[in-house]
Amino acid sequence: MRKVAVIGVGCTPFGEKWETSFRNLFVEAGALALEDAGLSGEQIDEMFVGNMSAGRFVEQEHVGALIADYAGLATNHIPSTRVEAACASGGLAFRQAVTAVASGMADIVVAAGVEKMTDVGTGVSVDALAGAADREWEGFAGATFPGLYAMIATEYMHRYGLTREQLAAVAVKNHRNGAKNPRAQFRSEITVDTVINSSLVADPLRLFDCSPITDGAAAVIVAPLDRAREFTDTPIRVLGSGQATDTISLHDRRDICTLDATMVAGERAFHAAGVERSQIDMIEVHDCFTIAELCAIEDLGFCAKGQAGLLTEEGATALDGDLPVNPSGGLKACGHPVGATGIKQIYEIVTQLRGEATGRQIDGEIGMTHNVGGTGATVVCHILGV
Amino acid sequence: MVGIVTYGVYIPRYRIRIEEIARVWGANADDISGGLGVREKSVPDVDEDTITISVEAARNALARRPIDVEALGAVYVGSESHPYAVKPTACTVGEAIGATPHMTAADYEFACKAGTAGVQTCMGLVKSGMMRYGMAIGADVAQGAPGDALEYTAAAGGAAFILGTDEPIAEINHTCSFTTDTPDFWRREGQAFPRHGGRFTGEPGYFKHVQGAALQMLEDMGTKPSDYAFAVFHQPNAKFPQRVAGMLGFSRDQITPGLVVPRLGNTYSGSSLIGLAATLDIAEPGDRIFVTSFGSGAGSDAFDIEVTDAIESGVFAREAAPSVEQLLANPVYMDYAQYARHKGKIVMQ
Repeated sequence: MRKVAVIGVGCTPFGEKWETSFRNLFVEAGALALEDAGLSGEQIDEMFVGNMSAGRFVEQEHVGALIADYAGLATNHIPSTRVEAACASGGLAFRQAVTAVASGMADIVVAAGVEKMTDVGTGVSVDALAGAADREWEGFAGATFPGLYAMIATEYMHRYGLTREQLAAVAVKNHRNGAKNPRAQFRSEITVDTVINSSLVADPLRLFDCSPITDGAAAVIVAPLDRAREFTDTPIRVLGSGQATDTISLHDRRDICTLDATMVAGERAFHAAGVERSQIDMIEVHDCFTIAELCAIEDLGFCAKGQAGLLTEEGATALDGDLPVNPSGGLKACGHPVGATGIKQIYEIVTQLRGEATGRQIDGEIGMTHNVGGTGATVVCHILGV
Repeated sequence: MVGIVTYGVYIPRYRIRIEEIARVWGANADDISGGLGVREKSVPDVDEDTITISVEAARNALARRPIDVEALGAVYVGSESHPYAVKPTACTVGEAIGATPHMTAADYEFACKAGTAGVQTCMGLVKSGMMRYGMAIGADVAQGAPGDALEYTAAAGGAAFILGTDEPIAEINHTCSFTTDTPDFWRREGQAFPRHGGRFTGEPGYFKHVQGAALQMLEDMGTKPSDYAFAVFHQPNAKFPQRVAGMLGFSRDQITPGLVVPRLGNTYSGSSLIGLAATLDIAEPGDRIFVTSFGSGAGSDAFDIEVTDAIESGVFAREAAPSVEQLLANPVYMDYAQYARHKGKIVMQ
């Protein structure tokens, strides 16, 4: 297998982009990535696009061809493929791009993610997102994503003594980071009281425990490492990639407080990269709900089960902590355009490793991403290094 | 100069508290009431509708100043809840106040700003000399689907303004509008309740258009917010008008007299006009009032109004009709079941 590097990245500001269409979101992110890599469209060999549910959100399917067309690449007839794994669609698109380059099938490959979620009302978007769970055994029984993660949180709090304040500390920390990120949907700091006094969504999760509904797109370009310096002075190496699946239903899991797919995908990524956990300088994890960030930190092996809440409360995961988690603001503050999130995570780590994360810069050489589909049925992890 | 010759308001006496609606739907009343800044809303009696509310408001206007209704050349009623799809509310109002038959009449619809559109029409007719007086009414028995966010604020009430040139109590120095095709809130023919685009009703709807018209007015007049004694903005809830006032540079003191929504709810077409009426209730000669309405779909009408000496002269008797404050006082509270009956939400097979 060939070694792979990221040679360009682009990301739109995340938010309620009422004046930007689905296709224009993608084009904006793609153009930024091409510009960053100093590439022209003719040099692109292939594209992979992470998108969860354009069919439900904007009634548009056949997204691979659509965005190749609007990127101006349809007449080049390049292969363009939509990748779907619910909220892990972006991370999976990146893995497909890395695989294509590593195998030698293609050289210059775009991995993108895009989601336009605010064209429909909240009811439709909540139902579309519920499609990431088991529709027959969970969705039809009335479970929504806040409901499923609330079950995880309830059991977790019961078992490990996690306090309401510790859970809130995750959102407070992510908003503090988001406030420093020009692409974040929410750029305001909040307090523990803000979280605890916000509307109850699904007990114990409150509004500020939940990631928002967001429009946004991100794109990155990968190339063989040995060609990377043709395009950039700061290539970021893809050290390892790991993907794993688990039961789609939460109730079929061995343990609802542990995402086994996170453990396995993380382990595979560490193994592929030949990197120890102690070498990781920063991680972007999938905090679709505050409880999810705590599970991720533990299931990736950075601390013992039940300890992540205390670590967060003590500041270990802050920008200046021992293990900064979600410097972008995470899904909570940066926003969660579901198909784009996995690519935004890569964008953030690349930006950090290049030393370009002004205002939220972490000193480090190795970063990791963790992208989850559903309640943990798909997990994709990547380890990147300078 | 063309201006307001007299005005009158009517608000039904019944109220339902936000917490009572929240109780029925299993919602958190504090969250909703806090988020909207609304405590209760008015509810019509079982036999009250946009016609009866308009007639009451028109009669209150005439009580303050018994103009020669023969000289009233036009009645325009703006509403989202005209009782008939075909057959104008305005004809019944004209008949009820004795202004028929030598007058023109029509019903207007522009979501919550149809009333101010009527004011603009009357201004033109009077200013051009086509008629001596014209009456514009904004009134609604506002619709909100059971359990929908709108149900917490959709209220009942209306205000009537008679426009003319002889001794107006307040001159209208200028009006301007800001209009685009923006689908933030709508109700199709035959549908009982409006639908809305959730948060889309905020920035691309309300704030863009209210600011658009307001900034145009300040530019046209070469004025700044501090030049006005009072300001009134369309008030679908208490948060929006307070926020837009802050964005434009108006103070809390300027908008407080006209901010009636916390105790009244959103009377849709009546909203900004009742706010203006509440301001005129306490205004003094020389006070300048800045008014901006908003209607979904979407548009805003802005007005620069200046109160004259006539408001305290013998031609006009402000106390001859109830003030907005008096209409809001002594409410009769009802529970959700009574409210459902009053609003026709109980459907008999």
